Amino acid sequence: MRLAVVKRDTKSKSMAVLIPLISFIVSLILGAIVLLASKSSPLQAYSAMLKGAFGNARRFQYTIVEAIPLLMCGLGVGIAFRLKFWNIGAEGQYVWGAIGITWVMQFWKFLPTFMLLPIGLVVGMLLGAAWAGIPGFLKAQWSVDETLTTLMLNYVAIGFAEYLYINAWKAPYGNMGTPEFPEEAWLTQVWGKVHSGLFIALALVVILWFLLYKTRWGFELNMIGKNPRAARYQGVSIKTNIVLAMLISGAICGLAGSMNTAAIAHRLTKGVDSGYGFTGIIIAWMAGLHPFASILVAIVIAALKTGAESLQIAMKLPESMGEVLQGLVLLPLLAGTIFIEHRLKIIKQEAQ
Amino acid sequence: MNQQTLLTPVVRMEHISKHFPGVLANDQVSLELYPGQVLALLGENGAGKSTLMNMLVGLYRPDSGSIYIRGELADIQSPQDSMALGIGMIHQEFMLVGNMTVAENIILGLRDLPFVPKLDEIKTKITELSQRYNLQVDPDAVIHDLSVGEQQRVEILKLVYRGAEILILDEPTAVLTPGESRDLNKIIKKMLNEGKSAIFITHKMDEVIEFSHKVQVLRRGKTVNICDTKEVTPRDLANMMVGRDILFSLDRCPFNPGGVKLKVEHVTVNNPLGSRPFLDDVSLEIHQGEILGIAGVAGNGQSQLTEVITGLLPCSAGKIYIDNKEMSHATPLQIIRAGVSHIPSDRGAMGTVGDMSVGENLSMKKYRTKEISQGGIIKRSFMRAFADKLIKTFVIKTPDQNTCVKFLSGGNIQKTVLAREIDSCGGLLIAVYPSRGLDVGATEAVRQNLISQRDKGNAILLVSEELEELQMVADKIAVMFEGRIMGIKDVKETNTEELGLLMAGTTTVRRDA
Ligand SMILES: Nc1ncnc2c1ncn2[C@@H]1O[C@H](COP(=O)(O)OP(=O)(O)OP(=O)(O)O)[C@@H](O)[C@H]1O
Ligand SMILES: [Mg+2]
Repeated sequence: MRLAVVKRDTKSKSMAVLIPLISFIVSLILGAIVLLASKSSPLQAYSAMLKGAFGNARRFQYTIVEAIPLLMCGLGVGIAFRLKFWNIGAEGQYVWGAIGITWVMQFWKFLPTFMLLPIGLVVGMLLGAAWAGIPGFLKAQWSVDETLTTLMLNYVAIGFAEYLYINAWKAPYGNMGTPEFPEEAWLTQVWGKVHSGLFIALALVVILWFLLYKTRWGFELNMIGKNPRAARYQGVSIKTNIVLAMLISGAICGLAGSMNTAAIAHRLTKGVDSGYGFTGIIIAWMAGLHPFASILVAIVIAALKTGAESLQIAMKLPESMGEVLQGLVLLPLLAGTIFIEHRLKIIKQEAQ
Repeated sequence: MNQQTLLTPVVRMEHISKHFPGVLANDQVSLELYPGQVLALLGENGAGKSTLMNMLVGLYRPDSGSIYIRGELADIQSPQDSMALGIGMIHQEFMLVGNMTVAENIILGLRDLPFVPKLDEIKTKITELSQRYNLQVDPDAVIHDLSVGEQQRVEILKLVYRGAEILILDEPTAVLTPGESRDLNKIIKKMLNEGKSAIFITHKMDEVIEFSHKVQVLRRGKTVNICDTKEVTPRDLANMMVGRDILFSLDRCPFNPGGVKLKVEHVTVNNPLGSRPFLDDVSLEIHQGEILGIAGVAGNGQSQLTEVITGLLPCSAGKIYIDNKEMSHATPLQIIRAGVSHIPSDRGAMGTVGDMSVGENLSMKKYRTKEISQGGIIKRSFMRAFADKLIKTFVIKTPDQNTCVKFLSGGNIQKTVLAREIDSCGGLLIAVYPSRGLDVGATEAVRQNLISQRDKGNAILLVSEELEELQMVADKIAVMFEGRIMGIKDVKETNTEELGLLMAGTTTVRRDA
């Protein structure tokens, strides 16, 4: 007997809903095995995670706060992914957003304080856009492979940020980090820890959905992503659109960076490269590049993170255990997506 | 050649049904193929021919019905299963992997391949087979670099390499030039003489008469007729397929050309890789209300000519005017805005976006206009109405306009391109092999449609490999050979012999533009 993966004759709609659910259950079972192996009760562990993510208002707020930058990075890379442009540089673009707002807060003293925040957000956006525009331009002009350029540029951005908060822009006190932003220029909190960036992120979801599904430009991006030759033949410029999509992609990731810095750390410091940009890739992918679906996925992933943190505390498990569990949940979810278009088949070998 | 009696059929399909969302593609179809026999499977576009054959090779599973191979019930679950039974198929759309070599493509998917294949042995075997069947291809060539004719040879080599005894040929000559088709047909004949059996799908009636012993006609997924080839004429066959008479003659107004619409002056397009340019000092003009046919064996610069006019290929020297305005270096969008429509030769790679819906594909030229969008926003209701109108006028067979184009039958994908481009034509229509893959009825309709566009005053550049089609439709015929125009002739003042000579590049008479 053999197992084979074969393409389904027709795409299955019910499977698109069912498969993530089944994958999730598989993840839980896999996690349970690992937990049992390390002599902990899976039931207790899972309820600790659930409590950690949604158990009380404070934990729930924390989960939402985590979900905001994840959602935005997912939206950002999602635009580039529509063109089959593999922007894995969201992390770097996010960091540039953080650098941008810090620059404004720290050095643009000529601005009235109330202008610092909006201008800082915009500058962060622009820097993110510019950083993403470089690989976009290289690809459009000379077909330079974007996976390499975007990946490498992350490390340049992260290194530069380090140099800034350890050396050039370091606050006089402490051993790293820039001075704190003036308090009037912080992003306001709307519900406990949840800051007003939530509204920006949700507004972006709606704007992008409209842009991608309702406008001529969205139609053109769809054409390019699915058949670039046909798009060019219909008069759609591939070069211009790659650069444009990358600029927007980078702007959103940059905004995520500047917004999160103005809301949480209030300064540029260690931890600015917190992996939101990389996790954004998973979010875009799992949401099938759909803006609304990204909301749900971002919350699930954020909950995994906050849940795992309190799991460590509640169950006195090593820190790595939480990470192992996160990985275990993601794997079946990602693997499961292939079964939407394929099915497993058992091939019986007849006795000869 | 009547071996039908007493023998068990090599293939017997019994009451096969297959349902796709919104269509019953096959409805209780039965079919029998006897050893050494060639069965021609005919039917309109979307009748269910390819679907039926795909079930025989394990690409689809029948909803009900059974398949017997050499008298034994067969459970064909995958292409490998069918290969093991000695069944091989040439598909309507190419199934080769573009960036792999010929040899790699041939062994791809073989079940009993060792983990590290002995490529040398494989290559020797390929060379041996290609000599035996007169199928010259270089086993190390990458598929991308081969012409369609050569790719089709690779498909055949794949079949013989795998030792297929039952051949399924789904429109194998649809993408080939008449010359290439003749060569291919010779090879197929040779294979049949070795005792192989075949099911042959084609829309070309002369091929049916030449090759087949038996004809089976499908209409809307059902068998409507089975008969011996000897008993029927091409006209009968056409009638059986579409259920009405095909005219084989077209109405047209007298030739009454207007002003010059398109003028191509001494255009050269360099070939960065080859020694001879793609286009070498090409000049021609087309008037409003005129159809200029371009004849010639494929690969002599026809596709480059259409691409340089539509802005897809840069023009190295010379000038192109549309409505007396210079457009030599215009972008594809500027050309579209100038009212130029273009039916490209490759409906899958360029003409359509397979993963988008029929409605969206139909709108891909007009989505910028008020007919579909307003201020940059696409009006779905406009798009729906627009697409429904085209689906109706061009008789595109699809469950609904939300179906992805890739799920349509080959001929219906072609009709989608035709509908969009003919409808959006604003003065100049460039049509490359427009009737490729169409059934006889649809072919007739397209030709008539081109002529009505001409009668309305549009200028048409028609590239075709069939002289017969050009003589039927065009007002003038230009013959291309090795990137040059060998001559431009008035249809009424020329004949097949003269055109044939020009196509072979033998005449030196060049008309000065
Ligand atoms: N994978 C699929 N999913 C959905 N519908 C399909 C699929 N394959 C075929 N169909 C539908 O089944 C019908 C028969 O298609 P098929 O390709 O068999 O036609 P055909 O006779 O080969 O036509 P043609 O001469 O145009 O190639 C069509 O209506 C087509 O839309
Ligand atoms: Mg077909």
